[in-house]
Amino acid sequence: MADSRAPAASAATDRATSPMQKVSVALLINGARTQLQIAPWTTLLDALRDRLHLTGTKKGCDHGQCGACTVLLNGRPINACLTLAVMHDGVEITTVEGLAHDGSLHPVQQAFIDHDAFQCGYCTSGQICSAVGLIREGRARTRDEIRETMSGNICRCGAYPNIVAAIEEAMKAT
Amino acid sequence: MNNFQYSRAQDVADAVRQSAADSSARFIAGGTNLVDLMKYDVERPARLIDISHLPLRAVEETPDGGLRIGALVPNSDLAWHPRVKDRYPLLSSAILAGASTQLRNMASTGGNLLQRTRCLYFYDVATSCNKRKPGTGCSAIGGINRINAILGTSDACIATHPSDMSVALTALDATVHATGPHGARTIPMTDFHRLPGDMPERDTNLGADEIVTAVELPAHGFRSNYTYLKIRDRLSYAFALVSVAVALEIDDGTIRQARLALGGVAHKPWRDPEAEAALIGQPIAQDTFARAAHIILRDAKGYGHNDFKIDLARRSIMRALNQAAQGTPQSQSDKRIA
Ligand SMILES: Cc1cc2nc3c(=O)[nH]c(=O)nc-3n(C[C@H](O)[C@H](O)[C@H](O)COP(=O)(O)OP(=O)(O)OC[C@H]3O[C@@H](n4cnc5c(N)ncnc54)[C@H](O)[C@@H]3O)c2cc1C
Ligand code: SF4
Ligand code: FES
Ligand code: FES
Repeated sequence: MADSRAPAASAATDRATSPMQKVSVALLINGARTQLQIAPWTTLLDALRDRLHLTGTKKGCDHGQCGACTVLLNGRPINACLTLAVMHDGVEITTVEGLAHDGSLHPVQQAFIDHDAFQCGYCTSGQICSAVGLIREGRARTRDEIRETMSGNICRCGAYPNIVAAIEEAMKAT
Repeated sequence: MNNFQYSRAQDVADAVRQSAADSSARFIAGGTNLVDLMKYDVERPARLIDISHLPLRAVEETPDGGLRIGALVPNSDLAWHPRVKDRYPLLSSAILAGASTQLRNMASTGGNLLQRTRCLYFYDVATSCNKRKPGTGCSAIGGINRINAILGTSDACIATHPSDMSVALTALDATVHATGPHGARTIPMTDFHRLPGDMPERDTNLGADEIVTAVELPAHGFRSNYTYLKIRDRLSYAFALVSVAVALEIDDGTIRQARLALGGVAHKPWRDPEAEAALIGQPIAQDTFARAAHIILRDAKGYGHNDFKIDLARRSIMRALNQAAQGTPQSQSDKRIA
């Protein structure tokens, strides 16, 4: 998705834009606020990767069918490929880059390493964000419930058994 | 995705005004269907009216004991809402049978009702499709139609409506609240979606400039004897081939009230008053169930690849009626079919 080359929009931006105008949006990513001039048709996923260079979040299908693009919106997992960046002015977004604190990995990240919960790693950042959301919600308890809650994250390498084991351990640790 | 103008609606009246001023505008709520369709060039709106910030997020008790659900309540919040889980578990179950955690977190109540068909040809702009481009023909008739409809079809379109939530809302006799240029009105769920007829481009009876503001559930929630049984190609994160919502009121072994709604088989959630009448006043018995299944499927018609759906629907109805009658609703996490 190419950005438009049109001049930046003025103050009334979120009321209306002409077709080639960019919109001003303040994205609150991993605790840092960034003001962007952005074409309204830019997905949150493309804004993260192409504008903010946060490439930890992956583009798999770009159609909501794989979960590689999962990020946390106010702590809840969503597909960044099916939402527009302009719609999230000032909303707290956490990507995989925002999970580690003070140089130590998030317990879910550590559990994924300990349990060898990936092969190629392409789905992993999405899996981890979903798992963090799952633990925060605290609804899934059994293996069946973990699997069902995580079903929006496809792993083409088939690392599922280890992913479930990693989540079970991280759940106990948190 | 095409370039478009983006604006935020300030309130419901403003949303309606903006929509009426631009016939190619679309409302965007969760965006999980609209953005997807825009990426395929199926939808090319000149303007997106962002309604996601409107204050339509409440789940409130109504004076007559029902529940009023704001159009922007996310699917996940609705499914896990204590009142819904407790009093309308059929609705909760149907929502949790659909899509994925991520999608349900974004998807709105209104958007779920108004999501469009998953017919393969509707998505493929290189093919003919009367729903996408009226008058071009229907590629699914005589084409790959494994997921298409077996009931209420027309020569113009054999698409299904893909929503799970809508099947439960239809079974529960919910009503949709809408506001348009001429004011507010309510539409029963049973009349909200329509059959394709010779106007398959219209999915629903909602007016072009109308916005859904809420969905209302009546007081009776069928909390004891219900099930939502969804049959699909994989156990999660897949659309229904056939789904069955059942809600029964049973008194001393006799069925007093019955609701039976099918998903994945028609252009709208499918209910049949005669099939429900055949259950009412009857004992819980296999031949009672078989009669109801026979009636609701009596006009079913396959188109080749989807012929299997007729038998699948019949068996699923039998299974679902038994689950509901026994008070053992289908679990949406333990996938074994009880
Ligand atoms: C991979 C995948 C799998 C899925 N699986 C399932 C499944 O198994 N079962 C299922 O039921 N669904 C499934 N879905 C569909 C999902 O439930 C819908 O995309 C979602 O409910 C749409 O809600 P939304 O708020 O995102 O709608 P949007 O995309 O924002 O809008 C959809 C349409 O509704 C209109 N609209 C939205 N809100 C209003 C309103 N208040 N008034 C008037 N018009 C409005 C929009 O203009 C648009 O035309 C799946 C989706 C994906 C991508
Ligand atoms: S069934 Fe309907 S949606 Fe599918 S190709 Fe035919 S007209 Fe289009
Ligand atoms: S890239 Fe978003 S779900 Fe696949
Ligand atoms: S580790 Fe390769 S896709 Fe999951």
